[in-house]
Amino acid sequence: MASQQQLDAIKGAKVLMVGAGGIGCELLKTLALSGFQDIHIIDMDTIEVSNLNRQFLFRQSHVGQSKAKVARDAVLKFRPHINITAHHDNIKSSDFDVDFFKKFDVVLNGLDNLDARRHVNRIRLAAGVPLVESGTTGFLGQVAVHVKDRTECYECYPKPAPKSYPVCTITSTPSKFVHCIVWAKDLLFAKLFGDKNQENDLNVRSSDGASSSEHTDDIFELRNDEDIDCYGRRIYDHVFGYNIELALSNDETWKNRTRPKPIYSSDVLSNNQQNGNLDKSCSSSDVALVSTMATLGLKNPQEVWNLAENSKVLLEALKLFFMKRQKEIGSLTFDKDDQLAVEFVTAAANIRAASFGIPLHSLFEAKGIAGNIVHAVATTNAVVAGLIVIEAIKLLNKDLENVRMTFCNEHPKRKMLLMPVEPFEPNKTCFVCSKTPLTLEVNAPHTKFRDFIEKVVRAKLGMNLPTVMKGHFLLYEDGNDLDEDERQKYEANLEKVLSKLPSPVIGGTSIVVEDLNQTLSCEINIKQREEFDEEKEPEGMVLIGWLQAPTDTENKASVQNGESTSGAGTDQVMPLEIAEDEEAEVNAVSKKRNFSEISNSSVSHPLTGNDKTSKNKEVILEDEGDDLIVLDHLNSEMAKKKRLV
Amino acid sequence: MDGEELTEQETALYDRQIRVWGADAQRRLSKAHVLIGGMKGTIAEVCKNIVLAGVGSVTLVDDSPVTEESLNANFLIPSDETLYEGRSIAEVCCDSLKDFNPMVHVSAEKGDLSSLSTEILEKFDVVIVSGCSLSTKKAINGKCRKLSKRIAFYSVDCRDSCGEIFVDLQDHSCTKKQVNETVECRLQYPSFEEAIAVPWKILPKRISKLYFATRVIERFEETETRTSGETSLADLPNVLKLRKELCEAQCISESQIPDSLLERLLLGKLEFPPVCAIIGGILGQEVIKAISCKGEPIKNFFYFDAADGKGLIEDISNPNSAS
Ligand SMILES: [Zn+2]
Repeated sequence: MASQQQLDAIKGAKVLMVGAGGIGCELLKTLALSGFQDIHIIDMDTIEVSNLNRQFLFRQSHVGQSKAKVARDAVLKFRPHINITAHHDNIKSSDFDVDFFKKFDVVLNGLDNLDARRHVNRIRLAAGVPLVESGTTGFLGQVAVHVKDRTECYECYPKPAPKSYPVCTITSTPSKFVHCIVWAKDLLFAKLFGDKNQENDLNVRSSDGASSSEHTDDIFELRNDEDIDCYGRRIYDHVFGYNIELALSNDETWKNRTRPKPIYSSDVLSNNQQNGNLDKSCSSSDVALVSTMATLGLKNPQEVWNLAENSKVLLEALKLFFMKRQKEIGSLTFDKDDQLAVEFVTAAANIRAASFGIPLHSLFEAKGIAGNIVHAVATTNAVVAGLIVIEAIKLLNKDLENVRMTFCNEHPKRKMLLMPVEPFEPNKTCFVCSKTPLTLEVNAPHTKFRDFIEKVVRAKLGMNLPTVMKGHFLLYEDGNDLDEDERQKYEANLEKVLSKLPSPVIGGTSIVVEDLNQTLSCEINIKQREEFDEEKEPEGMVLIGWLQAPTDTENKASVQNGESTSGAGTDQVMPLEIAEDEEAEVNAVSKKRNFSEISNSSVSHPLTGNDKTSKNKEVILEDEGDDLIVLDHLNSEMAKKKRLV
Repeated sequence: MDGEELTEQETALYDRQIRVWGADAQRRLSKAHVLIGGMKGTIAEVCKNIVLAGVGSVTLVDDSPVTEESLNANFLIPSDETLYEGRSIAEVCCDSLKDFNPMVHVSAEKGDLSSLSTEILEKFDVVIVSGCSLSTKKAINGKCRKLSKRIAFYSVDCRDSCGEIFVDLQDHSCTKKQVNETVECRLQYPSFEEAIAVPWKILPKRISKLYFATRVIERFEETETRTSGETSLADLPNVLKLRKELCEAQCISESQIPDSLLERLLLGKLEFPPVCAIIGGILGQEVIKAISCKGEPIKNFFYFDAADGKGLIEDISNPNSAS
């Protein structure tokens, strides 16, 4: 049990928990049992059925209610005399500002997305409150401690970007089922039901440049007098038949590849075949219940449908969208909880897979891939929550020497399922915690200010309400309290190129970008550069000092993180890839942070080694002194990066 | 597996975990029956984890009444005294657990762990005990082994901020992922009695000190006929004497079992809730692995000590025996 000193620290502590999901439920329970008396918990999400297998404070009857509030009530049942304050709100709300954070002794994160993690990291840095960060995926988990000026902050080292695939793999040469899913979701579904003004690469371009797309804009439109069944078959034949024929005409493409097989609806379905019985279950006015599986009598989501079944599902889903959900067409985006959308995407991906000789998958599997559903089990969350509390107690006791970053391994590493390592030191060039200026290489006379705001300020720096200043000159501001004049002025600025802004942003100048909500300010030095490599630097801008994790060389059409901020099912976002080859790992000569990734996000898994000569602090000595884990600091990695840029 | 399908309700509820271990494993889980004895905080965690995972049934055995102490780390006991007064801790925990997952059958059985018959044990696929004496542990493990049916046996205990799990899966086959392929593996386990009889001298030098320290305390409680955890710092002189005897007999240095560690274990009657969560999480996962025959299980001890933060697997089996 804890010492008296520890108990006193626990009793007197005020703790902020962010997230009441998988880790959050476990954490709140363990904090309460451990004697914590004053806990605030923030979560904007409501409870869903798929949470119930691990978020054990919630019951079927709570579905739809606030996670934070229900979690609070459930814990008070076994610890009625402690104070738990539940906030059913977005952590990014301006209510949770620096002053709010300053009231707490420690912040504990059980979040499911990068965006919120960055936000918490920035505010707690400004407030000077230590943070325990956590994440799980399946059997893998991680707990990290972030103390200002002492250990790395959450953003000191890059977090891998979402997995993405080259456009041509998606549009022309899929080789894996996931490629078919991306095609079905981001291209076909988006084309038929989404915003018509969005760019879409659905139609393949043939080799000679003669595009099939002269008349394509209307190909996907339902014609005035067209019967919905005919429309479905026309779309079917176009994307699975005609487009494949067209692609086949380019012999060069198929030299070293298996040629796909065009599929026409008449090959698969008889011409006058009646599709499902629309009246059977679609009398329901509840849009959420509209489903082809119901009308077609397909019950098991784990079953793999054959080509004919997939074809029926596709046509039926298309029809149901037009008949039952007409109003949404033109504004739909794929949502993994939208049954009809999942059915459509599953069927379309499978038909395409059949065409390309790729094995078909069940709706259950397809949903997981399309929705980027994170694998989650209760046990890992429980373990991680226990580890968080242990680190939190160390922080409250100011026992900074002993804080650890811990990895939960699926397979033991040197006998360890739970592997503690010393925390990394802060990155001295981190733009978040060290306020190091960044450098932007850009072609100022040819780059729109809007691109800079979107691609650099929002996407890379993660700012939500940015302000951009050059000297005292305000170039851009975002927020609700702008008056109309200002808004118009900034709108106009967005359309200008950098060098034509009211105060020109050109090589040799510098600007300051701020997000007051995040209390983050950073200086960007501008460096003029004319040429950019279209493949490697497609944005036409290079931000130096900001580290992007290496991703696959593949790029472009990305699988979006389906869970996003309000994502229901995830407890993760810092999964780790674990090297399978233990020997190689132990003998690794070069020790560095190993950036690898799993799906939408991940964090590095440090390599271990036997380097006793390391003068680095990051050496953990076991009692015998002959068994040590060395985690090389990132200096080598940083140095390498610097050389690269 | 037979072709029985998961129901729509099961698929929806277990969606996220089926994505981890597959529908086949989920079906096996739903047919498994688990017996659990000794309702302390760590066991409460284990129960929560396997009920959420969706095992077929969980049967709890612990006739002791709810005390101030049992409230310490056990979140299955509501604070309202009227809800537990006059009832056994197993009954109270049973009520809470039922709520966690309506698809799992949870019940409380009257009786004492040490007197469980082989007829009763035979109804189960997994037996987990906590807080029982050395002889009870040996006896139950022994009875499980006598049955023709293969029963997975686990014992688990937390003292202070240390935890120990013992695993006996007898003769276990499973599949595990290795790089990109799935391979079959087969493991032979010693019984608890066989494992602790392995001469200390032949164990690897860097074995967890918790292994030796726990054996000393366990032996001490046995010779003094104490119940598990019924110790205090006043016992230290006698425990140190016992350590000396055991270390001499086993030909290992007393420094393998530091005084400070023994002190912690003697004092640590109350479980440390974060360690309960960790040990209960690891054990919950082991039970799921054993039932589903998926993933390489722990062989055969697991240790966690919050003092160094390591979660270690130790293989304590005699290299000369068949196992
Ligand atoms: Zn930093």
